[in-house]
Amino acid sequence: MTSPQSATPLKPTDPFRPAAGARILAFGDYQPGNEVTNDDLTAMVDTTDEWIRSRTGIISRRIAGPDESVTDMAVVAGGKALAGSGLSPADIDLVIVATCSTEASIPNASAVVAYRLGISAPGAYDINAACAGFCYALANASDSIRAGTARHVLVIGAEKMTAWIDFTDRSTCIIFADGAGAAVVGPVPDGEPTGIGPVVWGSAGELSQNITIADRNSSLHQEGQAVFRWATTTMHPIAAQACERAGVAVSELSAFVPHQANLRIIESIARKLGVPRERLADDIVHAGNTSSASIPMALSRMAERGDLKPGSPALLLGFGAGLCYAAQVITVP
Amino acid sequence: MTDQEILAGLGEIVEEIAGVPAAEVTPGKSFVDDLDIDSLSMVEIAVAAQDKFGVEIPDDQLKDLTTVQDVVTFVGKNAGGTA
Repeated sequence: MTSPQSATPLKPTDPFRPAAGARILAFGDYQPGNEVTNDDLTAMVDTTDEWIRSRTGIISRRIAGPDESVTDMAVVAGGKALAGSGLSPADIDLVIVATCSTEASIPNASAVVAYRLGISAPGAYDINAACAGFCYALANASDSIRAGTARHVLVIGAEKMTAWIDFTDRSTCIIFADGAGAAVVGPVPDGEPTGIGPVVWGSAGELSQNITIADRNSSLHQEGQAVFRWATTTMHPIAAQACERAGVAVSELSAFVPHQANLRIIESIARKLGVPRERLADDIVHAGNTSSASIPMALSRMAERGDLKPGSPALLLGFGAGLCYAAQVITVP
Repeated sequence: MTDQEILAGLGEIVEEIAGVPAAEVTPGKSFVDDLDIDSLSMVEIAVAAQDKFGVEIPDDQLKDLTTVQDVVTFVGKNAGGTA
């Protein structure tokens, strides 16, 4: 016998008509309260503040508490984005969570996040494209809206990377951190240009062994030099192609928000792409590398500080384990 | 390409990437100990050397190239398919 509470309401189908384009309506973010400075890490591993800063650009990062899950962080960031969009939970018909660090693979994070935000019976799935996950999810959200399979989509990147980090491994524990970022995506009004440009994505599975978590009892392992070489030599053409497909010159970008992998990597990509340093997002300095959460977290925090120019084009570039990558140009909400 | 030409080109690369004056990039110097160049800069130097000299320096070889002379020798040996 089905109780009234568990009966799944059918969504009206008439709002689902193909849209000419999609756009981001609002951002949200969440950082755990526990701040860990470089000096704090020197008590755990053989390292120094100067060593960490010079090689990664990171000064501090936030670490989730033992009882704080990927889903918990996703709910806060998603709720903030939803509130900022002016929409109600009932308006959302698809929830996508990009993550590679959930505590368990079942249930997925997205269905639980939707339920906790009061979003009734949306399509819900998780994406694992590691640090490129948010850009993959954003592309899927845009495509769903354009195809008419969804009208409003909540896209979240949420990670508890520290659950998969060995805090005696000084090559990884200084880099990775926790957090969540989110965006609400909806259709553009009729006659307006799209606010999410064509995605340029791909993968290099032949290099997959360079970033791995071998099994459920293992920690993240990264071949730092190989990843550095790959990212600094192959990502700027991908980013340039995303601009080209969007019809936007690099000089027109108001911001370049790449995955916050390592300041040295993203400064190198920006230099090769021709983006001035002041337009490069450097949220990593006080957030660390939060994998799929890093791009929406940076966007949300920049928007909150007034560092993003509404209506202007910004370039997103995700890259990481897989090795997977994706780039697209968005219009800043 | 002579060793002198490789050394001069390498000096330019090191100066541009690590900010170390080219004149200090002499054969006996260790990248890490004498020139204060870290592992990530070494990757950048290897990539720039590939562009300049047409010689690929893979990561597994790069870790063994600790001195300026090591790189000069490696490039000299592998340049122009004469290795």
